[in-house]
Amino acid sequence: MEHDNWQIIYFTLGVSILSTILILPGGVLLAWLLARPRWMGKSFVETVVALPLVVPPVATGLILLRLFGRRGILGAFLEKNLGIDIVFTWRAVVIALGVMSFPLLVRTSRVAFEEIDPRLEEIARTLGAGETRIFFTLALPLAARGIVAGTMLAFARALGEFGATIMVAGNIPGKTSTIALSIYQYVQLSQDGAAFKLLGVSVLMAFAAVWTSEFVLRKRPSSR
Amino acid sequence: MKLALNNIHLALGSFPLELDVELEGQVIAIYGPNGSGKTSLLDLIAGLRKPGSGFIQLDEVVLEDREGGRSLPPQQRGIGYVPQDGALFPHLSVLGNLTYGSKRRNGSSNFAVGHVAEILEIAHLLKAGVGAISGGEKQRVALARALLSQPRLLLLDEPLASLDEKLRGKGLNLLQRVRAEFSIPMLYVSHSPEEIAAICDHLIHLEYGRIVRRGDPGELFATRTAGGFDVK
Repeated sequence: MEHDNWQIIYFTLGVSILSTILILPGGVLLAWLLARPRWMGKSFVETVVALPLVVPPVATGLILLRLFGRRGILGAFLEKNLGIDIVFTWRAVVIALGVMSFPLLVRTSRVAFEEIDPRLEEIARTLGAGETRIFFTLALPLAARGIVAGTMLAFARALGEFGATIMVAGNIPGKTSTIALSIYQYVQLSQDGAAFKLLGVSVLMAFAAVWTSEFVLRKRPSSR
Repeated sequence: MKLALNNIHLALGSFPLELDVELEGQVIAIYGPNGSGKTSLLDLIAGLRKPGSGFIQLDEVVLEDREGGRSLPPQQRGIGYVPQDGALFPHLSVLGNLTYGSKRRNGSSNFAVGHVAEILEIAHLLKAGVGAISGGEKQRVALARALLSQPRLLLLDEPLASLDEKLRGKGLNLLQRVRAEFSIPMLYVSHSPEEIAAICDHLIHLEYGRIVRRGDPGELFATRTAGGFDVK
């Protein structure tokens, strides 16, 4: 495989891993909150979190472009205070991948939290545990399989992201080109051979991630 | 132990739990048929459910005062709870379960893990996973876990109901030993007149969310019928 393709593969893996790591704490915490009984604004938050699953990715990308562009609320703030450019850089790729894969992490983790017997948390309270301790000592370990599965799904989604990424990061060779963007470009340039090589790599990586997710979910819970 | 349950109203499925009673004693039995509100009453005292109205006070501590807008959170009530199924934490070992609640206070030697485990005959199980122990052992671990939190009141929800007759006899002996050793007041939910007569010194009989009778278990269970004991 050509040097350029290896660079694209490494870059895609790197930004996918980074975006998944970045959304993990917030995604898990939000999943736990959404698994709690009713609280004000819960339905609204649930809907907003699910939006990237149903809104066209290109539209999500346009929203990100508006937010993180130099005249956008967040983009202007970051440039002025930290001197950081987002749009059309690798950072924009990470943000786009994170936003698009966030719902998968939250939904899968939420189901895992909902499956925990609420009686266990109640008994933990009678034993003196507060919410933070319950989260770290009960909820998190008991939902771990679902969280790992959700993380792998989010990672797989990030690997294949196209629409939002091309809007907010473009397709700049050596700078923001991911596997998905490069496949598209190769096909546009009638370089089908190169496109199919990346296609093979993409399928292999996605298969490994989804298979791991399924394997973790189906594994019997450990009763020590 | 003095437990006041004044003007309690809690909506249940087809009837409300309505209580206005003051209880005094070391081990008080809550007796009644399935669905009469026994577990809901324990949940109220533990702070796991909120009554629509009412006032709950344990000795000098106000646990719940709906009119005054006060409600002590479960983690501050100091009330140990042993639910019917034990509700052991499945990802922790027996020792992990036992020490979960004991971290909040420095235990006196009487409440050391080793001593409690020895009394309840689970010392050999400390390293085992909770998936590897029997139903009776799970109940003893749940009881030990609650005891190690050094509660001012212990709530026991039919702790022996799932055991066969032989194990129930052993469980009853252990409960009597716990009563003698730790002197922690208990509320003991049970269907079994034998169990109640063996360890309780006062009884309230609940039906459809109301107290229909209360008094000394020995006197209330004095009439024996062919099918077992009957409340007089």
